[in-house]
Amino acid sequence: MRTKKIDPARLRLTLLALPFVAFIIAFSYVPVHGWLYSLFDYRPALPLFDNEFVGLANFKTIIDDMRNTGRVLGNTLIFFGLDILTSVVPVILAILLSEVRSRKFKKLVQTTTTLPYFISWIIIFSFAFNLFSFDGLVNQIITAFNPDAVPSSVLINKDVVYQFQTALRLWKNAGWSAIVYLAAIAGIDSELYDAASVDGAGRMRKILHITLPGVAPTFFVLLILSISSMLSSGLDQYLVFYNSIVASKLEVLDYYVYKIGLMRSDYSYAIAVGISKTFISLLLLFSANWLAKKVRGASII
Amino acid sequence: MAATVYGKKSIGENTFDVLIYIILGLLFLMCMYPFYYIFIYSLSDAHTASRNNLAVMLYPVGLTLNNYKEVFAMEGMASAALVSLLRTAIGTVGTVVCSGFFAYLVTKPMYFRKTIYRMTIATMYFSSGLVPWYLTMRKYGLYNNFFVYVVPSLISAYFIILIKTFIEQLPASLEESAMLDGAGYITIFARIVFPLSKPILATIAVFAAVGQWNSWFDNYILVQNDELTTLQLKLYDLMRTAMSIAEKANMGTSAGGALSHLEEAVTPMSIRMTVTMVVTLPILLVYPFMQRYFVKGIMMGAIKG
Repeated sequence: MRTKKIDPARLRLTLLALPFVAFIIAFSYVPVHGWLYSLFDYRPALPLFDNEFVGLANFKTIIDDMRNTGRVLGNTLIFFGLDILTSVVPVILAILLSEVRSRKFKKLVQTTTTLPYFISWIIIFSFAFNLFSFDGLVNQIITAFNPDAVPSSVLINKDVVYQFQTALRLWKNAGWSAIVYLAAIAGIDSELYDAASVDGAGRMRKILHITLPGVAPTFFVLLILSISSMLSSGLDQYLVFYNSIVASKLEVLDYYVYKIGLMRSDYSYAIAVGISKTFISLLLLFSANWLAKKVRGASII
Repeated sequence: MAATVYGKKSIGENTFDVLIYIILGLLFLMCMYPFYYIFIYSLSDAHTASRNNLAVMLYPVGLTLNNYKEVFAMEGMASAALVSLLRTAIGTVGTVVCSGFFAYLVTKPMYFRKTIYRMTIATMYFSSGLVPWYLTMRKYGLYNNFFVYVVPSLISAYFIILIKTFIEQLPASLEESAMLDGAGYITIFARIVFPLSKPILATIAVFAAVGQWNSWFDNYILVQNDELTTLQLKLYDLMRTAMSIAEKANMGTSAGGALSHLEEAVTPMSIRMTVTMVVTLPILLVYPFMQRYFVKGIMMGAIKG
């Protein structure tokens, strides 16, 4: 049938696809022309080419601006590092869930731990504020037990920014991430467990020698994959939790681009920072892919 | 492996079980309680609650719907709810139809098929960045325009992969017989492929709908018009106000404590809680139905990896 198909049919298909192709070009490829702005000292009022051409000066600024760029890069990498460290939490959660004997309880816990993944960061901010602010529940409880206690709020505590934000991300995502590991565990041959039982292995032993090795490949693929998003911490969370007290530690690369680009309208410099980020991310993606090929003999992209 | 000591086994296993139940029980509370707390506070009498916050911990005090009445009487609230509902409905239907049809076309032997598919997938791995995207949307006239909510997300590379993978494993014979009857591609898609792809399209609809409902950044940077404000942004504004008050209180002479709210039936706190509940409620309502779909969705995504 395929070979019999003559040109008019194929042509019709192509024409039908054309609006979608145009759409993808318009929304994903056309915006790339904005990269040109990084070569100019762009003022929004003028047409692009009437602005002064400055070459790579905006990219040089990234280095001159090291006090800021270095700081936001540091924050970004710290958040990434903490995410890597806490990436074992979903694995543990999945193992615990798979060890629960009561199906009902398992379902209940799985349902509730997955729920936070589906709410926006604004709602999470509201939760955090209503629980942890000065007149939030936590302070109310503390003052009820100790009337002399000075109310404190993690939302404006500069010392725990990294830990607090990581904990929030974990709260939001751990249940969701556990689903993949639960599937990996479900895919483990049950005969392995039976054989281990016959050999007298207890549950702890079975977890260590069967379940853990069973989920390890999934864990490492996801770990390698995450390398490419090292610099993309996202914006929502940081924008929502931003305040002047925690600002210096909360500002990640994505937030910095937003700040100089959309708050200060320094488009040229913001785009230069954005381009640098895109290229480093692509480089990381290819390195991760190369690494994956080495480790497991198959690419990830 | 090495033999275990049989006498110890049952005790050890029981402790293990208890430990699991304790840990998971705590996780359950950690994830559930914030939702529950906001819920009972929104149903409580605002003044009783603010006089003694600890009264509202396990159940509502002075059960009332006053907070909800006040919230819906707030200026722009009804309009924001409508905008959010509309963007969710239109955005979801649009994404399912467009991504579905395009994915179907990609499975057909059209010209430049490989190039078109690769070009689509490539969008997953690079992005022009925030500022170029923002400038382009403005050039397209998608500023203070409802379409900025629904149009840019009509085609998503990830959805295309999922749908394409699904369509490819459908039996080709059904389509072929329809084609012999002289049906065109659009008819075949609408009559045969679309209904057969319901499982995957439902999954995608769920993801698209949740995404639309939760979306606010497009509103934040590209829509300044009050009539087009979404519920999420309403909540954002409310929370920012509360935050800046808290921030100032901390920097100044730590006035702290509860501010007096004189004669109104509600307090800023009760309003915040209630708006949060209004924004969360739709997710909570569809969540039980979504579950079987999103597990399917993430598994299908995992096959690729």
